[in-house]
Amino acid sequence: MLELLEIFLTFLKIGAVSFGGGYAMIPLVTDEVIAHGWMSYDQLMNFIAVAESTPGPIAINMATFIGATRGGVIISGFLGNILGALLATFGVVLPSFIIILVIATIIKGLLQFAGVKAFLNGLRPVVVGLITATGILLFITVILGVNTIYGEIKFDWLALIIFTVITVLYYTYKRITKKTLSPILLIIISAILGILLYGVI
Amino acid sequence: MEKLKRLFNLFLTFFKIGLFTFGGGYAMIAVIEREIIEKKGWISHEEFLDVIAIAESTPGPLAVNSATYIGYKIAGIFGSLFATLGVVLPSFLIIFTISFFFDKFIHITWVSYAFKGIQACVVFLILNAGIKMQSKIKKTAFNLTLFILTLIALITLELLAVNFSSIFFILIGGLIGLIVYLIGYFKNKNTSDKNDNGGKR
Repeated sequence: MLELLEIFLTFLKIGAVSFGGGYAMIPLVTDEVIAHGWMSYDQLMNFIAVAESTPGPIAINMATFIGATRGGVIISGFLGNILGALLATFGVVLPSFIIILVIATIIKGLLQFAGVKAFLNGLRPVVVGLITATGILLFITVILGVNTIYGEIKFDWLALIIFTVITVLYYTYKRITKKTLSPILLIIISAILGILLYGVI
Repeated sequence: MEKLKRLFNLFLTFFKIGLFTFGGGYAMIAVIEREIIEKKGWISHEEFLDVIAIAESTPGPLAVNSATYIGYKIAGIFGSLFATLGVVLPSFLIIFTISFFFDKFIHITWVSYAFKGIQACVVFLILNAGIKMQSKIKKTAFNLTLFILTLIALITLELLAVNFSSIFFILIGGLIGLIVYLIGYFKNKNTSDKNDNGGKR
């Protein structure tokens, strides 16, 4: 029982300090999991590869997987798996849930101050810049295959084809119908293209 | 009854967002834009930028933070509860299922091909989200300067493999906004003071 509580507390801690999105928390989770001896390093690295490609935030994916695996060791069988997964996921979500709830309740009051408004005015273009820059960086890493200027180039021309097809599809549809294609549909199309292109070639 | 319907609607919308969030936080921006802003009109583009900034400066995944915030805005505490549950549930269910046959899962090749295709699509989605947001913010010199500076700084730092958290970018942007506001405020005050003096004479 105490060991199950330990899962919850560990992920509560991870959830409370995992600033800056999913990838920032990977080393944190790795340290905790290795220190507790919950999983081997290789097992964890294999899972991270999967967590990156399945839907959902990587923090949730890691918590669910590690919780399920560890829970199954503490109480063998399905009950252990589900309890571990639930406790870990609940733990990792709880801190941000509470913090955002507090912010959401006070933000209306805060917005009455001109200083707060000025602060938000300054960060909005920065956020747009961050998103656009991330898109450009992803293009450089995923399609051109360059991670840093120190690394080698691994150009993925199949990814370029898929990217081009999706882009052309999106803008052609927009031009003809004046409506935009749903991102969900684009994701499904690209998954099928991925299976066809990478599978055949 | 109306409230229950709204809660269910929140849950379902965020379930959809959770199900189609691939490749980390920014990828979900495209889906949120479509489902929350364009289809439902629950929040404005500007407010969504604020939510992203808040989410990036607080711990926890962007998807969870946005769900909690928007849920609260639409239907109070229960709203944030249902939205958060909705966004977390898909990845929880998927990863929990995978955890039982994980060793086999990583060897299914067509799944990895599909993910490769999705990755190329995510590049498009994030780039497109950035471009779309850029077109929505006001084209003032202040906004454009901050946008371009962020773009150049982030891409340069990433390619040089220098770690600089996006929280700092956001904070710096906010501070610049505040400073520009204060400079304008005191300038106005000075000129109006002078005018007052001029009036007395």
